[in-house]
Amino acid sequence: MPSLKDLKNRIESVKSTRKITKAMQMVAAAKLRRAQESAEQSRPYTERFNAVMGQLAASVGGSDSAPKLLSGTGSDQVHLLIVMTAERGLCGGFNSNIAKLARIKAGELIRAGKTVKILTVGKKGRDALKRDFRDKFVGHVDMTEIKRVAYSDAQSIAKDVLARFDAGEFDVATIFYSKFVNVVTQNPTAQQIIPAAFEAPEGAEASTIYDYEPDEEAILADLLPRGVATQIFAALLENGASEQGARMSAMDNATRNAGEMIEKLTIEFNRSRQAVITNELIEIISGAEAL
Amino acid sequence: MADTMQFDLVSPERRLASLRVSAVRIPGADGDMTAMPDHAPVITTLRPGVLHVEGPEGTAEYVVSGGFAEINATSLSVLAEKAIPLNEVTRAHIDEMIEDARAAHEAAKETFKNEPGPVDDAAKLLADMVAMGDHINV
Repeated sequence: MPSLKDLKNRIESVKSTRKITKAMQMVAAAKLRRAQESAEQSRPYTERFNAVMGQLAASVGGSDSAPKLLSGTGSDQVHLLIVMTAERGLCGGFNSNIAKLARIKAGELIRAGKTVKILTVGKKGRDALKRDFRDKFVGHVDMTEIKRVAYSDAQSIAKDVLARFDAGEFDVATIFYSKFVNVVTQNPTAQQIIPAAFEAPEGAEASTIYDYEPDEEAILADLLPRGVATQIFAALLENGASEQGARMSAMDNATRNAGEMIEKLTIEFNRSRQAVITNELIEIISGAEAL
Repeated sequence: MADTMQFDLVSPERRLASLRVSAVRIPGADGDMTAMPDHAPVITTLRPGVLHVEGPEGTAEYVVSGGFAEINATSLSVLAEKAIPLNEVTRAHIDEMIEDARAAHEAAKETFKNEPGPVDDAAKLLADMVAMGDHINV
């Protein structure tokens, strides 16, 4: 049986933990709103971009001269997995879910006899995959210094990836990130970015016949590298929102648990205090009777 | 004939403009062009330059770089990697863009020693950037 003082200390410490998790939850909520706004604002660009790319890809895709970024290198031997996670922990299963998906995928590819290379964005993913795939790492992008993801960050990652592609280091690139659904749900997602897979726009839009200036292939060659950056950017933003959402709900749970713990400890504390008082009373009464 | 059309200017980070306009001058890769309502459908890539927008509420100008424009009879969407309202542009912006283009040019010279195509493209981009900087003259 812990002493009264022990219990009191315990309650105090849980209380301060609750204060911290509560504060983290509120910070995450504020950041989530910002992250969601940026994700929302980038959406028109991404949507238009993909629609146009889909059109172009549909009209050029079949020809032999289609750029490699679209048609692939003709082999799928070497896979580059770009694993995007957060720089910080304490956000529930966010990082480990992405890492888990990447691990499963990497395992499948290795079993199929493919070569796997891993590029990590964000420290937590690197830590999680270090044990199993250390020898597969080809690079790491540090995002610690970046408070708010800008398009130029995505561009520099894309540049790195494209340079590797041009150098023939890999055939297929896949990004791993978490799609933001709502505060409680974030779906870890794997998305192939090289060779590019664009969904062709449906129905009415596809029926408009566009003139292309310069020609279709030149436009496609110009836009495909930008497409890689755009997709990475979209993934970074989704990830940012997911991270804050995951942290918010994890911290909400933690705060609630701390509350329950405090209640339980307080009851225990009151009981033992009662017991001490009763004991003292019995001693006094029996002392008085003995006289 | 409709006298206005829907104009959207979006960059990856935000939507800069969405309004009705009567004419927009676009710095297309093969030369400037002005899009007005009922224009034939065209998709063109952009070269660095100034986008000039005319609408019922007056005119606006944006510095754009990289990306493309999608024109059809009723709407015009410009997707630019960089887009800044002209009156917010400073010399530092221009210098930064020129510096980037120069670095890309150097990199292209390194990587594609035997292929003139990409090097020429990068050189053109650099020249366009410098020309735009001189043109705006901030």
